[in-house]
Amino acid sequence: MPDDARPDADAPAGPPGLDADVARALVELSRRHAGRVIGVLASRFRDLDLAEDAVAQGLADAARTWPERGIPDTPPAWLMTVAKRNAIDRLRRADAERRRLERVAPDVLERTRPGTAGGRHMIDDHTPDTPSDPEPGADATGAGDGTDLTALDEGQLRLMLLCCHPALDRDAQVALTLRLVGGLTTTEVAHALLVSEPTMAQRIVRAKRKIRDAAIPMSVPADPAERIDAILTVLYLVFNEGYLSHSDGPTIRGELTESARRLAIELAGLVPDHAESHGLVALTSFLEARRSTRLDTEGDLVLLEHQDRSKWDLRTIGVGNAALHRAMSLRMPGRFQVEATIAALHANARTADATDWPTIATLYGQLVAMTGSPVVVLNHAVALAMADGPDAGLRRLAELDGLDDYHLRHSTEAELLLRAGHADEAVVAFDRALALGPPEAERRHLERRRSAASAA
Amino acid sequence: MTEYMILAYSDEHRPGPEPGTPEFGEYMGGWMAYNQMLIDGGHWVSGASLAPTGTATTVTVAGDAEATITDGPYAETKEQLGGYYLVSAADLDEAIELAKRLPITDGAFEVRPVAFRPDA
Repeated sequence: MPDDARPDADAPAGPPGLDADVARALVELSRRHAGRVIGVLASRFRDLDLAEDAVAQGLADAARTWPERGIPDTPPAWLMTVAKRNAIDRLRRADAERRRLERVAPDVLERTRPGTAGGRHMIDDHTPDTPSDPEPGADATGAGDGTDLTALDEGQLRLMLLCCHPALDRDAQVALTLRLVGGLTTTEVAHALLVSEPTMAQRIVRAKRKIRDAAIPMSVPADPAERIDAILTVLYLVFNEGYLSHSDGPTIRGELTESARRLAIELAGLVPDHAESHGLVALTSFLEARRSTRLDTEGDLVLLEHQDRSKWDLRTIGVGNAALHRAMSLRMPGRFQVEATIAALHANARTADATDWPTIATLYGQLVAMTGSPVVVLNHAVALAMADGPDAGLRRLAELDGLDDYHLRHSTEAELLLRAGHADEAVVAFDRALALGPPEAERRHLERRRSAASAA
Repeated sequence: MTEYMILAYSDEHRPGPEPGTPEFGEYMGGWMAYNQMLIDGGHWVSGASLAPTGTATTVTVAGDAEATITDGPYAETKEQLGGYYLVSAADLDEAIELAKRLPITDGAFEVRPVAFRPDA
């Protein structure tokens, strides 16, 4: 991840390049730990904005003081202590302000008082009338309660559940997860998702306003399995968007795939008995391991069979194998585990020819049954063609209902027709694919394939 | 606690049980049990069942122009607003749980926080 991207708080990150350790520690702090601390503080004070501001201020404090005083022994505990103190300071100031206003202009206060839902300040509900320190452990010297790792993990899980709450729409879930849990700045989230910065800022503000006004809680439900699946779905979408962009712009966006995989790994650590979370770690690891070989020097996609397998990242494949093993041992099947198993068969095949296509075809059959997705049927057809010949694939494609507007349906059919020796029909199918306006890199690939077909 | 309005939408043309039949007794029992659950749980603020949309009149105002009166509900929809509850709940999750327990099997419930209620 880019070291210069963090921190985004209003203080500089110390002398640039002077202390690489501090810079690294600051990135680590904001990406890995800020979300946890926001989670703990937001559930304690029941105020997400307050928690976020207090943590942002804490990150700025770190950027200001660490270059001189050195990196603390346990940065997350340090951030917890400092951010909690910041939050309490802010509440005290708000309380003092309210009292001052009450004294000088009680009518103003009455008229601007929000209704039953909006703007309840926690100082009213949760702290004594005299603004004495409500958190005895909050001084900067002591670690205080809630700074232990269990509390931070709990905070992280609560924050993930909140960001992926079903009362928020998908776009908002994705944005909040990257921003709050993933520790990306609003600018980074906007760039990664290819929307303008004001649009993204507004999306995040609107989502946070709904969280506040509709009182969406940060609780962990008694049976969280379904809600955890919702988090996994969001991370899967983020990964996919980065893995093969459907929008104009770079074909692969590593900041999305990296963030999604990192958060999947964190989530799997938080809910170790949820099989699908390990499944998603495995899937994203196998796919990420091939990243450096997926584009050629022109920026065009390289098909799996032509990728340089000697450059696949064996360590990341190892992480995938371990996660898949862990998932399987829990004996709770799910779509991510099936997809991960397919990816594992590719990642662990020494050569393209050594790929176990019959097993992959069977797995895609299972995946069709689980998801009912026509896109998965496409992949099933390809796997059948690889296992049993192009005619088997074409028969499966013939059963596919829909996707007439999806260029990959037609390009897949074209490839299978070409392999089955029907070059003329293949050219027609390539034309159908090209007419649907595929992304730039794919268009170039399809035009090359069409030329090959018309020459055949 | 936050107050939420639960607006219950369902197809008013779907035939219900005839009054006087055992099914009708069971149906009404479901509503009474639901109301009692709200009261016992400290959630009850108010609630009402509305007469069918055939009785609705829409009054439209636009600036200084005379208000227009039209026969029928504000929006013609496949499912109609049939009633509402105003409940008090700890948070949105609890309000959603209360909505899920409404004795309506087919329909949709819009759950919205109350922003301001002068008599609260």
